[in-house]
Amino acid sequence: MNTLASGTARPTGYRYGVKPFNATRVLTWGLFALALAVAPLVFRSSLALTMLSQIGYLIIICLSYNMLLGQGGMLSFGHAVYTGLGSFIAIHTMNLAAKGSLPVPLVLIPLVGGLGGMFFAILFGYVSTKKSGTTFAMITLGLGELVASMALMFPTFFGGEGGITTNRVYGTPFLGIPSLTFGPQIQVYYLIAAYCFVCTALMYAFTATPLGRMLNAVRDNPERVEFIGYNTQRVRYTAFIIAGFFAGIGGGLATINFEIVNAADSLNGIRSGGYLLFTFLGGATYFFGPIIGAVLLVFASILLSELTKAWLLYLGLIFLFMVMFAPGGVASLVMTNLRVARFGRFGPFWALYAGLAVTGALTAAGAAALVEMIYHRQLNAALGPELHFLGLSLDTSSATSWVLAAALLAVGGFLLEQVRRRFVRAWGHAQEQIEAEIQRRLRHRGGADAGVAP
Amino acid sequence: MNVEFFAISLLNGVSYGLLLFMLSSGLTLIFSMMGVLNFAHTSFYMLGAYLAYTISGLVGFWPALVLAPLIVFVLGAAFERYSLRRVHKFGHVPELLITFGLSYLILEIVQLLWGRSTVPYGLPTQLQGPLFTLYGTQFPKSRSFIMLLALLMLGAVWLLLTRTRVGLVIQAALKHPEMVEALGHNVPRVFMLVFGGGAALAALAGVIGGNTYVTEPAMAASVGSIIFVVVVVGGMGSLAGAFLASLLIGIVQTFAVAMDQSLATGLQALGVAVTDQTPGYELLKLTISQVAPILPYLLLVLILIFRPKGLLGTRED
Repeated sequence: MNTLASGTARPTGYRYGVKPFNATRVLTWGLFALALAVAPLVFRSSLALTMLSQIGYLIIICLSYNMLLGQGGMLSFGHAVYTGLGSFIAIHTMNLAAKGSLPVPLVLIPLVGGLGGMFFAILFGYVSTKKSGTTFAMITLGLGELVASMALMFPTFFGGEGGITTNRVYGTPFLGIPSLTFGPQIQVYYLIAAYCFVCTALMYAFTATPLGRMLNAVRDNPERVEFIGYNTQRVRYTAFIIAGFFAGIGGGLATINFEIVNAADSLNGIRSGGYLLFTFLGGATYFFGPIIGAVLLVFASILLSELTKAWLLYLGLIFLFMVMFAPGGVASLVMTNLRVARFGRFGPFWALYAGLAVTGALTAAGAAALVEMIYHRQLNAALGPELHFLGLSLDTSSATSWVLAAALLAVGGFLLEQVRRRFVRAWGHAQEQIEAEIQRRLRHRGGADAGVAP
Repeated sequence: MNVEFFAISLLNGVSYGLLLFMLSSGLTLIFSMMGVLNFAHTSFYMLGAYLAYTISGLVGFWPALVLAPLIVFVLGAAFERYSLRRVHKFGHVPELLITFGLSYLILEIVQLLWGRSTVPYGLPTQLQGPLFTLYGTQFPKSRSFIMLLALLMLGAVWLLLTRTRVGLVIQAALKHPEMVEALGHNVPRVFMLVFGGGAALAALAGVIGGNTYVTEPAMAASVGSIIFVVVVVGGMGSLAGAFLASLLIGIVQTFAVAMDQSLATGLQALGVAVTDQTPGYELLKLTISQVAPILPYLLLVLILIFRPKGLLGTRED
């Protein structure tokens, strides 16, 4: 009632929110563009360039996934269907264009992939979005399996086990410049970066459209949305189609990057699960969370998998603890701490964070030593009992290393729990004070505005 | 299609369907009670099989049939108590996510402890060999044992839910948890027991499914999505619906894998000439056995279009 009344009393020309092109925004997006532009100049190795390219299109994919998970509350287990099918549409278009039967330049191939993803989202989304919540999750899982197993039945289109290959250098060079053939990886990176920037901006703009706002409303209170006359299924369906479009763009860029698409690899549930995992780890509640998630995904799958064979186990553990203790992901960890710092209450947390880091490192070292020793016995027993771990040499055949690792885990875990309890207490206290401060400021302002209810 | 093929396929289908029901019944119970879709349900199935493999190597198969589900019961209850309950306040999506994370973790732990390849989990001597011979084809004892156990379990769960005090509390907690809590029952503990019980049922299915079929790290994923299909097709939260859908999917899949007819042979039988020049030959030449893996998902899509609440479901959401 209050909002309605004050809404009508507002002077004409009043706008909700902020001006679209304010200084903070221009600065943030400028920095983002700058980061995309200079990253390959700072990190010059070919590994870095490979990783940056993958980060670029994964940002698009994770953001498109978050359009469903974070903004629409739709937990999809089949997002790889739309990226994967987008990839297939893109690769066939590339092959046709190379033969000369379709005049599509390479720079537009991601858009073709996007349209492909969108087409399949229109097709499958109709069934998926009939339900929300848990049932939606199960349907997307089932449809994902359906598409993944169907792909193996049509080897002419999906290329069977071997997949389909292409060559991204075809047609006339871009803008008529002879060296711009997109053969070198650096040129592909800049193509990906350009798409990444534009798509990120578009998806951010989407969050402020009426549809984007309705999507949030459908997530939070579908019943109320139906009461005011919206069809919740149609809102979800439309958002699903848009997410499918951006997923397809990501898939198309992946095709250009790798020049191969494989049905067994690109459409399956493991791939979809990965998008879900890292979007969540990055943070589904903030727009920029999935960007962090995409960076983490590339670092985990390229660097962590090099470092240890048990990386999926660590990943599962990290995920589990994140869901339990920080359901907002990395993004929300950053933002809540910034909030505490902004209210000037970060002082006591330096010591607590240091304590958490030390005890956490102890626990992790103990646990990791145990896991690595078990893995070593399981997989590399033929190489002898010696195992190199964090610069130390562990002997898996002697009881000492097992006892030491277990003791480290137990002591570290105990201390971690002690520090954690203190931390929780201090954190709750700080949050209460911040809430009180906000209330105080509101009252203060409310007094100045004379009579406007908060 | 002759009688022999029909009878044997029907029996195989029913035994596979009953195994699916053992899995989906626990899932449905947990779902209808707590609103949690337990993504790690088939991971408990896998855990049951692997534990039974180890225990039967130590003390024999029959103790393993009891011990493995008990261990999984404790693990499931502990997971509910220390992880799931913590995220309950955040809503359903984090609950689903945490079981999703658990399925990741169990898979890795199983690979860590038992290795990445198939383990030689064999049938005990009492279950080896055929039970009876039908039209010259033998029906194995192990599959009959699955059927027997599934029916016993169905009976036991039904009796427990409808004829005991605990069952009545569970049923009441399903519909009105606040009221039951107000009457002085410990509803979170009931939830914990139901979660553990559901996990134990899955483990029981794993103990007998593991040696009848194959015990390998991929076994959880291979039935995982099928039982979700079963639960949606049967109707979310309906035990009877899950029973019907399990049998339906079990029978359809078993029949389908043994049939090598395709649309092309069907058209040829009707006198239509089909060659590889015919448009859509790619689709026409697919045999029924080739499309068998996708039949459950097609069924899912059809059910969702024509009867969104499932075969025997009551919820519309």
